[in-house]
Amino acid sequence: MKIAFSTSGEDLGAPLDTRFGRAPKFLVYDLDTDTFMVIDNLKTMDSAQGAGIQSAQTVARSGAKAVVTGNCGPKAFRVLSAAGIRIFNTGAPTVQEALELYRAGGLTEADAANVEGHWS
Amino acid sequence: MILAIASGKGGTGKTTVAVNAARVLDSEVLLLDCDVEEPNAHLFLPEGVNKVDAVSIPVPEVDESLCDGCGECGSFCEYHAIVSFGTLPLVFPEMCHGCGGCTMVCPPKAIREVDRRIGVIETVRTGNITLIQGRLDVGVAMAPPLIRAVKARLRDGSPAILDAPPGTSCPVIATLRDVDFVVLVTEPTPFGLHDLKLAVETVRELGIPFGVVINRVGVGDDRVHAYCREEGIPILLEIPDDRRIAEAYSRGELIVEALPEYRDLFRGFIEKTMQGKMNKRV
Repeated sequence: MKIAFSTSGEDLGAPLDTRFGRAPKFLVYDLDTDTFMVIDNLKTMDSAQGAGIQSAQTVARSGAKAVVTGNCGPKAFRVLSAAGIRIFNTGAPTVQEALELYRAGGLTEADAANVEGHWS
Repeated sequence: MILAIASGKGGTGKTTVAVNAARVLDSEVLLLDCDVEEPNAHLFLPEGVNKVDAVSIPVPEVDESLCDGCGECGSFCEYHAIVSFGTLPLVFPEMCHGCGGCTMVCPPKAIREVDRRIGVIETVRTGNITLIQGRLDVGVAMAPPLIRAVKARLRDGSPAILDAPPGTSCPVIATLRDVDFVVLVTEPTPFGLHDLKLAVETVRELGIPFGVVINRVGVGDDRVHAYCREEGIPILLEIPDDRRIAEAYSRGELIVEALPEYRDLFRGFIEKTMQGKMNKRV
């Protein structure tokens, strides 16, 4: 199974980005092979509107079945849910720490958006 | 002659210029308040609203029994108002600009359009002025379609003054498109100059002739004057920094009525501008 992490960096030591919709990148980690790829999200980050929707589509296309991020707004939540993707919010500082928390079952699945759109 | 009163910076006196200029015209005039997020021209006119009409835009509604989840609608929509990935599309009406494209590209014709109310158009008749103002509903972020609905009330041949929103973004472009002349109101301050330059760039891009009104002359510095001189931009009117003007404004009074000595100043400005004497590209 693949998990998408919002991040500003290129590797597991990079910071977990607190924003989902306007995250600069997504690190998609494959739990089955312990490998990852990084998807650039800069075009979406700079879009005037609908960033959360576009990011959710990007993540859905990556094949990820879960998202680990700082915060997720209502439109992104709706699209991710429709795509059958589970959402986990965490304050973990890095992708590595968020991944370890996920593996240890230390993350709770979100059942709603935890912020309004345009919160940051 | 359709004249738009715009500015870069907010709070420079667009509405002050628009309502006072409209009042001193000898002829009947349409005054369109296109600042639909915060219409305020009516505050300076004594009569209440005579007429209210709701304005809607068409947004998509999907017939689930016909949709095969092909995703054409989602890939067409630039605004991500409809999203689909092999499932029934999700619709975000608040993102929809009402273009109708998704209904056209849908192969099984599963999408029809339903009206979504975005605001109202209010009409006020007072003396020589017919004020038509758009008022966006609370929570709606889609100003341009309402501005276009307000402008659809323009009548061929009738003179009109459009009070534009501040800034240089989509609502301003929707207001300025197809007008004959733009008056840019600014103040002689560094902020005023900075935003005036943005507004000048915008109006030049649109290819509309324009001139400048400087409000509150006496505050700030002379850099706005110098800029207009260097750029060959006509200064159509200078309103002095007079405390009595601010007092009249705070009471919702027109300058030309509270302070009759300013009547000739406004009349000279608006008659010259409406006659198109300044009507050359700058």
